[in-house]
Formats: sequence, structure tokens, C-alpha cells
Amino acid sequence: MSFVPALRMTAVRQAGPLPGLPLALGMTLVWLGLIVLLPLSALLLKSATLGTGWIKVLGDPRVLAALELSFGTALAAAAFDTVIGALIAWVLVRYRFAGRAFFDALVDLPFALPTAVAGIALTALYAGNGWIGRWLVPHGIKVAYTPTGIAVALAFVGLPFCVRTLQPVLQSLGAEFEEAAASLGASRWTTLRRVLLPPLLPAMVTGFALAFARGVGEYGSVIFIAGNIPKVSEIAPLLIVIKLEQYDYAGAAAVATLMLALSFVLLLLLNILQKKLAHGRHV
Amino acid sequence: MHFVKPLAILALALAAGAAIAKDVALLNVSYDPTRELYRDVNTAFALDWKKTHPGDNLDIKMSHGGSGKQARAVIDGLEADVVTLALAADIDAIAAKGKLLPADWQKRLPNNSAPYTSTIVFLVRKGNPKNIHDWSDLVRPGVAVITPNPKTSGGARWNYLAAWAYASKASNGDGAKVVDYMKKLYANVPVLDTGARGSTTTFVERGIGDVLIAWENEADLALAESKDKGFQIVVPSISIRAEPPVAVVDGVAKRHGTQEVAKAYLQFLYTAQGQTIAAKHGFRPSLPNLVDPSLLKAFPKVPMVSIDGAFGGWKKAQAQHFDDGGFFDKIYSGGAH
Repeated sequence: MSFVPALRMTAVRQAGPLPGLPLALGMTLVWLGLIVLLPLSALLLKSATLGTGWIKVLGDPRVLAALELSFGTALAAAAFDTVIGALIAWVLVRYRFAGRAFFDALVDLPFALPTAVAGIALTALYAGNGWIGRWLVPHGIKVAYTPTGIAVALAFVGLPFCVRTLQPVLQSLGAEFEEAAASLGASRWTTLRRVLLPPLLPAMVTGFALAFARGVGEYGSVIFIAGNIPKVSEIAPLLIVIKLEQYDYAGAAAVATLMLALSFVLLLLLNILQKKLAHGRHV
Repeated sequence: MHFVKPLAILALALAAGAAIAKDVALLNVSYDPTRELYRDVNTAFALDWKKTHPGDNLDIKMSHGGSGKQARAVIDGLEADVVTLALAADIDAIAAKGKLLPADWQKRLPNNSAPYTSTIVFLVRKGNPKNIHDWSDLVRPGVAVITPNPKTSGGARWNYLAAWAYASKASNGDGAKVVDYMKKLYANVPVLDTGARGSTTTFVERGIGDVLIAWENEADLALAESKDKGFQIVVPSISIRAEPPVAVVDGVAKRHGTQEVAKAYLQFLYTAQGQTIAAKHGFRPSLPNLVDPSLLKAFPKVPMVSIDGAFGGWKKAQAQHFDDGGFFDKIYSGGAH
């Protein structure tokens, strides 16, 4: 706790042109502490009661398979969303067409829809007797009840992040840059690569990180479409629920802590990458 | 304010004539497929209670969900006056972890505190295209079996144990052969839902699988709800006697002052009226002589093992089969093939 007075000292000494730093900083720390850190530390405390049981959790192939599946599908879905989201954002910002406002509003729907509804709707579509599934399954393409289905559900819930983070950046960029590049004789590919992409990348990374974070913890929509077979299509959040059903609170907390640690490292790396990209643009 | 006093006097005068009017609320925390059953039981019991306690305004509330999840909710503080769950292990957990009722709660009511029983049957598609007649048909290559995850579903545990009982009988108790059968069985399961209702939906609505292993009453319900799809019930050569038990949660009822009504509510299930309602909803009455024989015809005869006889009670079965590192984990440790 010794860093708090030190922090305040610096804050007071370097009081900049903006007023209220000590108050604002204090509030920020208190709220972050109450809302984010308190539940997380309770989780860590609970998982600490496991002691040597940790080795069992870490070595359980089922836990490892579930973590691999959760992180793998979340990363794949976020990557997909980043590409498609960029395209959607670009179309919505750059073009004027009938129904644009309607499509723009549509993007947010995955946020509003209860995830269970999304999961059931997607399963109904992709099951062997569904509208899409009945065309895919005869060709040997199974989506519902496979890891592919999980990725589809995660891509659905994560898409708004990738569109919404990009839109304001594209808007502030203006079409002049693209026009200037074209008038200077750059090919479309060069314009995209050298003019458009560099300022967009930081926002794309942010969108990717948000979609990934959302996907890795997603439960409601996934359990309906996943199939939930251990080591094949059993996601880590389901494994946590299963452990709770067995009154294994510490074991559940251990898997949750593992997920948290992995997510934190990945998000930290993505944050650093985002900062680097944003910084590089100004140099 | 001065009209309060005359009102109070009036109330006292009324109370002198009859019992004191009071609001009585009862919360019954139950499992998934009992929604329809308890809707009828509650109406009938409220009428019955009114006869002996004309002053009471009885309000029975229900909570339904997966049995294990419901037990956890009660342990974590859901104020259930009575619990009516899928298996004794879940009420055992409330006794052991919540300390809300004595460990020997199951001895307090007849038939191991199970007013009705059920069993496990198969539901197959129209015309039984895969020719499924018994447990041995479920492990044939190319047969897709739908059953929920025993870790999360009470019904699924009964399904699992019924399959185990068959394999055990078929192999004369050869442990390796039984595990081999179970491995093959679960390798044929393409979707492992978290609850019994979820599995029914997967089978009925999504069209996945050739056979659904289900509660008898759940299979009856699916049959009635989707007549157009022409499902058929197949009764296997052996099954398990599933005993969904009921209990008053003393710790909560004492606090609410509802002990008397909670006890009467559960005892009502053992009356001719209660037993008849259970039979009408596809639950086998545990006191069949109280029920019109014509209602019993709906229940096919099937040899059944009991949890106590074949598995040494729920505590043992839970530890051996479903806890971490138990047989169910071993069955899946090779991965789905």
C-alpha cells in the first residue's frame, strides 16, 4: 500500500493544467478496486484453497482440451470478425445507400439479444434439419455440435466490437487520403496497404481484443450449439459449471483463474501491440 | 387513523369465530420435468388445505431447473420450504453442505421419501428405422444416442446407471466388459446436453440422433407434444427404478413458520388424490392400490434394478461414477472416438 502516498505526491507535484487529478484518480482506483479487483481477488483466494490440487487441475487433459478449445475458437472468431468487421465498417462509413441507417443499427443487435436466444437460433439454423444445415450436412460439412459451431456463435456475439471500434477512426480519416493517394498514382492495393491500413490497425487490434475477450468467456450462446462432448466440444466455462455442480468450488475457481491469467496475458500483449501501432503512426 | 381501531376490533371478532386469517407462502424447489405435475398438485392441495384451515390464504410458488443446480441454489440461500428433486444425492448435499435438514431425512416419509417413481425408456423415430429394441442396440456402429451429461443432469445419471445395470447383467458382472460397453455407448453420443429438457429438444426439434434415453414421463410428454412426428417408445429389457424424493427443508420452514403446511403438502402426495395426479402425469405412483387400475395400464412392465440394490445407494454411486476421477471420467478419458 506504500505506493499510494507516493502516487499522490507525484500527482500533486506535477499538477497539470487539468484540475481534479487526485479526486479523479482516487475515484478511478476505488471503483476499479470495488468492481474489478474485489471479485477477482475473491476468486484467487478461493482457488488458493486448492493447494496441491492445482497440479491435478493443470494436468487434467480435459481441462487443457477445454482451454485450448475456448481460446482457439475465440481467437479464430475474433480474427474473422476483424476482417469482416473492417469491411462492414468501411461500407457503412464510406458509402451512402438506401437502408444504411437500418444496417448500421443491425450491427448492434448481437449486443442486445440474450445470448441463449442467439445460441438456439444458430443451432436451429445449422442443425441437420435447419435452413442452412440441410444444405451443408449432406456435403459432410457439420457446423452445429462441432467446434466450428462454437466459432460461428462467437463470431456472432463478437462482431459489433470490430465494427464499432473502427467506424469513428474511418470517419475521422476522411476519403481525402484515399483520393490523394489515387491522384499520386498509387494502385488500389498500395492505397489500402500504405494509406488506409496503418491508421486503422490500432483500432482493429482493439476490436480484435474486445471480440476475443467476449468470446473466451461466452457461455449462453455456445452451450446450445457446441455439443458439449468432453475433449471435443466442451468449452472451459462449461467445465466450470460442471465443477460447480459437483460442489467443487475450488476446482471451478482454479479453472477460472487459469482462464483469467491466460486472458490477461493475451490482452496485455494486444494492448502493447495496439500502443506500438498507434505510436508508430505518429512518428 | 381512527378507523384502524374499529377495524381491529372487527378482525378480532371475526377471528373469534373462525381461525385467524393469515397469508401462508410455500416455496417448492423442484427439477425440470415436474412443471405440469406440480401445477395440478398445488391446485388440489390448496383446496384440501382450505377445508381444514379456512382462514389461510395459501400461496404455493414453484422453482424448476436442473436438479443439481436447484440443490446448489438451496444451499446458497434459496428459501425453499420443500424440495422435490430428481435424486436423493441432491437432497443429501443440502443436508450435508447446507445443514438445513437431518442426514436421515429419507426415512421420514414412506418409500424412501419418493411418493412417485419413474424409470428410463427409449424414444425412437417413426417406424423405428434403426431397429432399436434394447440396450445392446445402442452401441451398434452408426446409431446416434442422445442423453444429457451426468455431471450436470440428474436424469442423465439415472440413464447412465440404467445402462450400467444392463451391461452388468449382460456380462455377468465382468467389470472390464461393462466399462467397454459404456465407452461404446458414450462414443455414440453426438451431443451431450446439460439437462434432460435440452436433450429432448435436441432429439425432437433438431432431429439429431436415432434414440433418446429419457425419463418415462418425459418420453410420454414428447410423444404427446409432437404427435405429427410419430415417435415411438421402446421399453428395454431392464431399467432402473428412479426415485425422485421429496423433503421438508426444516431449517427454512422453521424460520418461515411453515413446518405444518409443508409437511401436509408432502403427505398429500401420498393420498389417493396425490397419487392419481402423479399417475396422470406419467409418474408411477408408489402406492398403486390407491389409484384406479385403468390409469396404471399406461405403465409398461419392465424389470427394474434399484439404486440401493445394484449400486449401494446414491452416496456410493455418486462417488464411484460421477465425482472427479470416477467411472464417467474414465469412460471419456480416451476421448470420443
